[in-house]
Amino acid sequence: MLTSTLSRHKTFSLPGWRCAFASILISLLGALALLALLACSTLAEEVRNPFSGNPKAAKAGEFEFRINCAFCHGLGARGGGRGPDLTRAHKRHGDSDADLFQNVSQGIPGTVMPANGTNGQGVGMTDDEIWQIVAYLRSVQVQSPAKPIGDTTRGKEFFYGDANCSSCHMVEGKGGRLGPDLSAVGSARTVESLVESVRSPSQRLAWGLTESTKEFAQEYETVTIVTSDGQQIKGVALNEDQFSLQMMDTTERIYLFEKDKLRSIQKSRRSMMPTYDATTLSDHDLDDIIAYLLSVSAK
Amino acid sequence: MSAPQLNKLPGILLLIVGVLAVETHAQVTFERLLNSSKEPHNWLTYSGDYAGRRFSSLDQVNTANAHSLAAKWVYQTAATGKFETTPLVVDGILYATAQDNRAFALDARTGRPIWMYQHQLPPDIRPCCGRVNRGLAILGDKVFLGTLDAHVIALDAKTGNVIWDVSAVDYKQGYSFTLAPLAVKNLVILGISGGEYGIRGFIDAYDANTGQRKWRFYTVPGPGEPGHDTWEGESWKIGGAPAWTTGVYDPGTNQLFWPTGNPSPSNRGEGRAGDNLYSNSLLALDADTGKLNWYFQFTKHDEHDWDATQVPVMIDSGDKHLIAQANRNGFFYVLDRTTGKLLSANAYSRTTWTDSKDAEGRPIPNNQSSPTPEGRTVCPGALGATNWMSPSFDAQTGLFYVTAREQCDIFSTAPQPYEVGHAYYGSAYFPSDKAEPYWGALRAVDPTNGQVKWEFRHLSPTWSGVLSTAGGLLFTGDAEGNFIALDASSGKPLWHFQMGGAVYASPMAFAVDGKQYIAIAAGSSLYVFALP
Repeated sequence: MLTSTLSRHKTFSLPGWRCAFASILISLLGALALLALLACSTLAEEVRNPFSGNPKAAKAGEFEFRINCAFCHGLGARGGGRGPDLTRAHKRHGDSDADLFQNVSQGIPGTVMPANGTNGQGVGMTDDEIWQIVAYLRSVQVQSPAKPIGDTTRGKEFFYGDANCSSCHMVEGKGGRLGPDLSAVGSARTVESLVESVRSPSQRLAWGLTESTKEFAQEYETVTIVTSDGQQIKGVALNEDQFSLQMMDTTERIYLFEKDKLRSIQKSRRSMMPTYDATTLSDHDLDDIIAYLLSVSAK
Repeated sequence: MSAPQLNKLPGILLLIVGVLAVETHAQVTFERLLNSSKEPHNWLTYSGDYAGRRFSSLDQVNTANAHSLAAKWVYQTAATGKFETTPLVVDGILYATAQDNRAFALDARTGRPIWMYQHQLPPDIRPCCGRVNRGLAILGDKVFLGTLDAHVIALDAKTGNVIWDVSAVDYKQGYSFTLAPLAVKNLVILGISGGEYGIRGFIDAYDANTGQRKWRFYTVPGPGEPGHDTWEGESWKIGGAPAWTTGVYDPGTNQLFWPTGNPSPSNRGEGRAGDNLYSNSLLALDADTGKLNWYFQFTKHDEHDWDATQVPVMIDSGDKHLIAQANRNGFFYVLDRTTGKLLSANAYSRTTWTDSKDAEGRPIPNNQSSPTPEGRTVCPGALGATNWMSPSFDAQTGLFYVTAREQCDIFSTAPQPYEVGHAYYGSAYFPSDKAEPYWGALRAVDPTNGQVKWEFRHLSPTWSGVLSTAGGLLFTGDAEGNFIALDASSGKPLWHFQMGGAVYASPMAFAVDGKQYIAIAAGSSLYVFALP
């Protein structure tokens, strides 16, 4: 299915960056850049959802969405524990019909978003069914999401300062490595889930992954091990299998262990991230931090 | 002039005798399939024997030396997606399939290809769960392949050339073949896939020589046939009940025991009121005619996609002729295979869908099991307590080994109109954010009482089946890419090898020139291990 989709769509599913790259290349050669851009925009124009504005197709798309996408993106497309909120008009990996089709059909490299038919859950979709999903997403799209209420400048100060987020989290290349990089989290998670992650960080500490997204665990499980000579090391699991463990401690040192050589291994679903309740971080300050994260990911 | 001729004669005679010997040996007759235990160096059927045991009586590799196992060769398929094959091995040649309906023959000692074949698939095939295939059948000088566009193909075992190619049904309606066929007498037997597309399931038998269809058993009875009244209205026409796992064969009674899958739509019972025969059943079919002798339905009117498509295993205990199945619904069933009578049903994994049994002893659903629009948490989840990965039965330990999955899902109905060739689930499922992480285990079940004797816990659920061997070993793979040898009596791990790709296949064993090998597909490669 994947190969067929590829072959049938290669004529027009040229992603934006390739157009940009082509135009740069061509502009080096001369004044053909305009022509290249025209070609790109012509290609983009060709890709229109055949079911655009068709409520029946959007309804069919809802069925498909529940079967194929809700597992990660939630029943109403408002984001699950793993997949981003898709009701937002601005999507990190492209907003056009062509982008959405491409992302469903081919997956998004470098993320856990799998190509159509490869997620091990449910069935692969036909091109029409993918377009129905695009129609559904358009039907639930929130045109003008509520503006974040916080102060982004103050949020940034907090992130790198008093709230101490940056000791473990990186944003735009600056910060710690123990926790997830948060540069894109604003576009990948709902505000509600961001609040929850700060207020009760263990709540959603990744609950199981489907096999296809398991290449890297990245569950940020807390691990405490005791070596054969009695040394205790606490940190975050980078990866693990039945026989070995790769982990990072709070000083960002990476350890590689064979499990049978350790005296003990304790794993915990309690995140190493401290719980920030309202007394340690006020709602007001948290709003500012979230506003900062949203502003970064909107870039 | 005469002298040289005389001198040549013995040589020519030797040559003829030699060629004849090889020819005779190369033919995989039905007799050889029946007596596969007499040639433990070969692996002649999907499950290694007609009983479905996936047991090898080779014992060169055993509990004392398994720690020194090493990779001997690796064959890379250059394909992507789940690699589910179980190879066959006949007299030093390994035959297997790979993704996208590839088939190949290799030198089983070195992994060097002898031939390769790939079926040209149309662009609009509708396999539900990947471009997968689980293996070949062999009979005479042919190997047999079922394809994703629902063709049955006979290939010359020596060249890979197509001998015949027949279409079983219109693939555009959602039909496909993913299983390894089973060769019995002069027949090639296959069950169809497509339970997620509102097909009408069937099991077919083809003449191995000509490709002519000899019989078809529809797993959803038509008008006037017994069981037809277990379907509401016209729902039988799109009733599903595929048969996508290789069944087993009992030569004593000339019966096939073939398991069937879910009714369609898989997770929504509305519109198909009734038991929905013969979905989620074990069928006893006359091998010559395809006539139904008896059936046992494990899950009536299924709403959780709990296909009964797990390899059933024939077990003889004294004068008792039994058949056992670790079912996707979480129960381990033992039946009398002469009559189809249920003897016992015991949970081998966490189950929340049942609290009681019917008069026959069959677990029946409670009032908290049906999917709802808002969603309802049920264990096991949609992928089941186990799935198609093969179990194993070892007569030496008397234990039945099954790969188990501990996962609960939220089942939510998603009413959906039927459309030809389109996915037809009628529901969605997903984990709740309160759900525990999934995990898996290899469990050893005592079939005499249905109790789990021990388990080897996997870090996460695996799609690997299990092989048991006379060396007192079990072999299985995990989702993290390890191939593991365990002590069959205790479950203690003795050896492992990191293959770099998740396992979606069941292991097998063979021997060439007196040396034992163990094979498993992982990632996109076939790995073969032996002692140094």
